[in-house]
Amino acid sequence: MLNIGKIEEGFVLDHIKAGKSLDIYEHLQVDKWDCAVAIIKNARSEKMGKKDILKVECDIDMLDLDVLAFIDHNITVNVIRNGVIAEKKELVLPKQIKNVIRCRNPRCITSIEQELPHIFFLADAKNEVYRCKYCEEKYRESSKNKK
Amino acid sequence: MRHLMSPLDFTTEELDKLFDLANDIEKNPKKYAHICDDKIMATCFYEPSTRTRLSFESAMTRLGGRVIGFSDANSSSAAKGESVSDTIRVISCYADICAMRHPKEGAPMVASEKSLIPVINAGDGGHQHPTQTLTDLLTIRSMKGRLNNFTIGLCGDLKFGRTVHSLINALVRYEGIKFIFISPEELRVPDYITDMLKENNIPYEEVIRLEQVMPQLDLLYMTRVQKERFFNEEDYIRLKDFYILDTVKMELAKEDMLVLHPLPRVNEISVEVDNDPRAAYFAQAQYGVYVRMALILTLLELVD
Repeated sequence: MLNIGKIEEGFVLDHIKAGKSLDIYEHLQVDKWDCAVAIIKNARSEKMGKKDILKVECDIDMLDLDVLAFIDHNITVNVIRNGVIAEKKELVLPKQIKNVIRCRNPRCITSIEQELPHIFFLADAKNEVYRCKYCEEKYRESSKNKK
Repeated sequence: MRHLMSPLDFTTEELDKLFDLANDIEKNPKKYAHICDDKIMATCFYEPSTRTRLSFESAMTRLGGRVIGFSDANSSSAAKGESVSDTIRVISCYADICAMRHPKEGAPMVASEKSLIPVINAGDGGHQHPTQTLTDLLTIRSMKGRLNNFTIGLCGDLKFGRTVHSLINALVRYEGIKFIFISPEELRVPDYITDMLKENNIPYEEVIRLEQVMPQLDLLYMTRVQKERFFNEEDYIRLKDFYILDTVKMELAKEDMLVLHPLPRVNEISVEVDNDPRAAYFAQAQYGVYVRMALILTLLELVD
């Protein structure tokens, strides 16, 4: 049994798809925060079989829910205050994300003008399709290039 | 301030107003000959496109305005590495409206975000070419008297042809449209378009030979089938004649069917078809000027 200490203030991201916790760590840029972090990989889960969990002790305002929802809106976000779960946040797909993923279309203006932000908008909520604001190219998981 | 990036930027009601204005310009050109006397249009063409540029220049000149600009990236500050955002800030000081063509998709949108003047997307790579779509719609509306209830055949390269994709997206907003896609297997219309049609219960058919559907069509939109799009020469030779419109095929068509083509034509429409009263592609080029005139007046807010 693995034991990880309680956190006083921060968040516990539960039900992360097994193996995806490091992606989330990078996308949320947790490496830049000066705080305690526990990454639990392949924990047993009744619901999922295996899952990852991310515990971060930090100011709760530091969490970018849009980025998290874009990566996986099925993640459970437990907000911890005074050592207990104070709130569970529901994630909804963001309408727009900025500088989270990059447009990989070589014909897009963002491919030659480096200072432009990489903005994607939610084009089809049912199928979770995001398109580049400028060239409307569909974002594909395989073209993921993390910032 | 408004820009034009996509043909869907305007509602169908706004398009009706724009087309009414274009038709009034057609009937009363003198009324509009000096409206833009003190206005300047910048044509910023980062890649050559003589036809589109001249159409814009003709439109502005016919409104009494003047035109400045460049016609390829090498003769502009882009060659020195200036960004589109910086260029448009400067152009905003020189002109009242800008038509921009750029090989990179989304470049006119980047310009519109920093611009102090209306920006018209005059073609951005394989992405959008909204004034071509407005031209197509105005031609259909003027010559058919409506933009609803007809069967349109789109023939040729339906996979890469942005004019075709734009036109389909614009026409689905009208009632009673049936699409017939006529193309070789390799150049079929992309799935995202047929998916969109299915989702919206819009009828469509996909066929390989033009002859078999000619009698059904109210409109035929021709595009060029380029040899280099085929996987092998054998297929090209076998199929190319299916997509050449000639007088024999025209005999199968309705008496009031219209033939449209974004031009330039190479050999996909035989020159003998030009004399057929149903050939509307040169009239289409004329409507292209009227619709650009109407667009300039609308974006400059010079009409009610």
